This record gives sequence, C-alpha cells and structure tokens, in this order.
Amino acid sequence: MKTTALTQWHQRHGAKLEEFGGYSMPIDYGSILNEHMAVRTGAGLFDVSHMGEFIVRGPDASACLDQLVTNLPSGLEQHQALYSPMCYAEGGVVDDLLIYRLADEVFMMVVNASNIDKDWEWVMRHKTEWPGATVTNVSNEMALIAIQGPTAADIVASQAEGDIASLEYYHFIPDAVVGGVPVLLSRTGYTGEDGFELYLSNQHAVALWERMVDAGARPAGLGARDTLRLEARLPLYGHELSAAITPLEAGLGPFVRWDKKGSFIGHESLVQQKRSGIVRKIVGLDVQGGIARAGYQVVDDQHTVIGTVTSGTFSPSLKKAIALALVPIECSTVGSVLTILIRGRAVHATVVKTPFYKRR
Amino acid sequence: MNLPINLRFTVDHEWIDDTGRVGITDFAQGALGDVVFVELPPVGTALKAGESFGVVESVKSVSDLFSPVSGTVAAVNTELVSQPELINTDPYQAGWLIQFTAPFDVSQLLDADAYKLQIEGA
Repeated sequence: MKTTALTQWHQRHGAKLEEFGGYSMPIDYGSILNEHMAVRTGAGLFDVSHMGEFIVRGPDASACLDQLVTNLPSGLEQHQALYSPMCYAEGGVVDDLLIYRLADEVFMMVVNASNIDKDWEWVMRHKTEWPGATVTNVSNEMALIAIQGPTAADIVASQAEGDIASLEYYHFIPDAVVGGVPVLLSRTGYTGEDGFELYLSNQHAVALWERMVDAGARPAGLGARDTLRLEARLPLYGHELSAAITPLEAGLGPFVRWDKKGSFIGHESLVQQKRSGIVRKIVGLDVQGGIARAGYQVVDDQHTVIGTVTSGTFSPSLKKAIALALVPIECSTVGSVLTILIRGRAVHATVVKTPFYKRR
Repeated sequence: MNLPINLRFTVDHEWIDDTGRVGITDFAQGALGDVVFVELPPVGTALKAGESFGVVESVKSVSDLFSPVSGTVAAVNTELVSQPELINTDPYQAGWLIQFTAPFDVSQLLDADAYKLQIEGA
C-alpha cells in the first residue's frame, strides 16, 4: 500500500489508518465527531496527499483541457482554479477534478487518488490530438494539506508571509511561503467551510503540518472529511458520480459549459440528455429511524427497487441521519416521502433541500 | 485497556456479567469509534448463543451484535436511544445493551485473561 509523507506522523499520533484509493490514510485520530466539529467551529487539518496531480503545459494545453472536461479551463485567469467533471462520450463521469491555471500555458489537474491510473490513461489517449501539450504526473512528489474551518484563515495568516486574507475563493498564490515552507496556497476545500489547500513538496510536509498543529489546527481524518462534504452536499466520485451517472443527474449542470467554442468529450450525450430531460437525479434525504448507508435500496410501496442511496451517515452538525440518493425524477421534489430498506426494515426518508449544512 | 475480571467475553467482543447484562468491550468501542445509533431487540426475544441480536452504528460503519449466551431478553437499555455515546464513555456500566433472564450458561465464554490474549493476537 502507498504511503504519504505524513503517514509516520499519523501513526505516531494515534491515527486509525485504513486503505483509501490505494493509500494508507488516517480515518480518524480518535473521534470523527470531535474532528468534524473542530472544522465547523475552529480549524481542522487534513492530509490529502493521496490526491493526484498532473501538470499540463504547452500552447495546446488550454484547448486540450477544454476538450477533456465539461467546464472551461481556457476561461481561467492566471492563478485561478475551477471544478469540473471529466466525462466519457456516453456522458458518464471519468472523474471530477480541480484545474489550476499556473501560467498562461501551464495548468495543474488535481484528481481523485482512486482514479489516478485511469485518468492518466484517459488523458494520454486524448492528448494525442494535441501535439502542443505535454502532461506529467507529479502525484508522487507532491503533498497536499488542507486546513479548513472558520479560524483557518487566521491560522494560515499567522504563519504566512504577506497578505493571504484577501485571497479570493477558487484563487491561489503559486509561490506563497507558509510556516517557512514554499507552497501553492489555494483558497479551496471540500468541507463547506472557508479554508485553504496547500500543495507542497513531500520533503516539507511534516514541518508545515507541525507548524499548523502548533498554531491551533486539529488533525482530522478522512472520516470527518466525508461527513463534512456530505453535509455540504459535495459529490464523491464512486458515490454520487461514476461512469453510470452523468453530471446532469448529479446536479452538476452549472459545471457544464454548453457555450464553449470547441466540443468536449460527452457533449453530444449530455446535450441529448438535457433536451429529453433527466429521468433520475441525486436528492438529499432526511432519514427517520435509522442510518441509510451507501448501497441501501430505495423502494416503492410494493418494495420494488426504484433507487439507491449513494452516501449516508449520521450528520454530526445536525445530529440526525442524512443521505444522498439517486431516485426517479418523479420522486425528487422537496417534501416527497420515500422508503429505504435498512436491513430489511422499511424506513421513511423525506426529500429535503441541500446543502444540509450551510455556513453562516 | 479496561478489562474487568468479573465478566465473561465472546470472541466477537461482547461481555456478560453475572446479572445477565450484556455489552460490548472497551476494545470494541474503541475500534468502532463514536457510536451514534443502536438497534436492539424487544424484551421477550429468545436468542441463541452466537445469534445476531442487533447492531451498533458508528459515524462510519455498522457492526452486528452477537448474543454471548442462549436465553430470553428480560430488559433493554432504553437510555441508548437518546445517548448511544454511553457505549463509548462507559462500556461496562451505563453502556450495557440487553439483559438476559437467569439462568444462562457462560461455560463456553472466555475469561478476562483469555479475551486479552485474543485481542492481543488480533
């Protein structure tokens, strides 16, 4: 199993380590609930070095990326980032990713750990049409530390040289110095809170991590990261997104740029789906009398399966069971009452507005 | 690790005391993490040793509970409905799950030393 530059630190500090995306990653440091609430009320620190990074450079880089993903990387300013699905021709999703514009002709794609190999093959296959673009996989050299929560900005500012407070959401400083260490400082995250993601070379990871802990950020594992992103209704690949679920069904229509000049992979299928209308979609559920987990079935009155729970947990912020599920469009209006089978027991779930949690 | 010597244990990390109260061990609650939901059988349920009688759910996962003995459920800890975290904070007292009516046979169960060996080997 692969490790990150911080794996030994996690082991020494009581983390429960489990395999995720081929990496040994911290799930929690004792309490998912406490780590979750630390992010909602203070600041949590996440090792997300398992994420993959590809650098795309050259005169064809922006056109190549515009063809690969549904959003519009060519429209980025320098030092701005975007979120985008990357689709198959059939409209299903290869992966969802962030794209950073490092310079006019240099971009960084940040992909899910479990999809690094698949994405690399996909990008290599389609890059052949763009001789003026080269792609390198720098995933193994790069660490990624996220600091998230209402006090994250103060903590980063206390350790950073220069002004970081005015850094806008989905913008980044490519050559920031935080904790005495060179980082790419990005105002992004996956928790529904304000915060930053810091990309840096493996060799500096432990030093930066310890500075952040000393400055008041609480180490938090992937368990809390999952409950935080679910409350904020942020999709997770393999759950709300997959080769069998399109961005339109997942509610990611705003990240599909129908107006772009060239075409993109999946364009035809998605246009067709948009025109005929989606027949199923991801909805948020308030689950009564149990916790609905990923893979549990949504059924009708005759107990015929009509949908599937894609993610479900006990929400630490709301103190109740919440879930996301892929259901027929006719069951998707807010207030609809659905039935979920939990270990053979029929439990009611009400379709609710999402996100479940929104920061003030 | 907290391991009271007056209890008997299963390899599945349940304990039972001489009043017939059943719970999960300190080791089990630690491995599970924050317990947020418990599903238990109604009073009067007849159980066989080794039979699944309910679940405990942490934020992340669901774990089956297995009956340490054969017998009838005489009482259920209803406090756990509103305070499932008692399983984490007090696994051998306030965090008990169900209670069996006497008599019940604990001769097949592990004592504290044998259970300790079991989890240290794991």
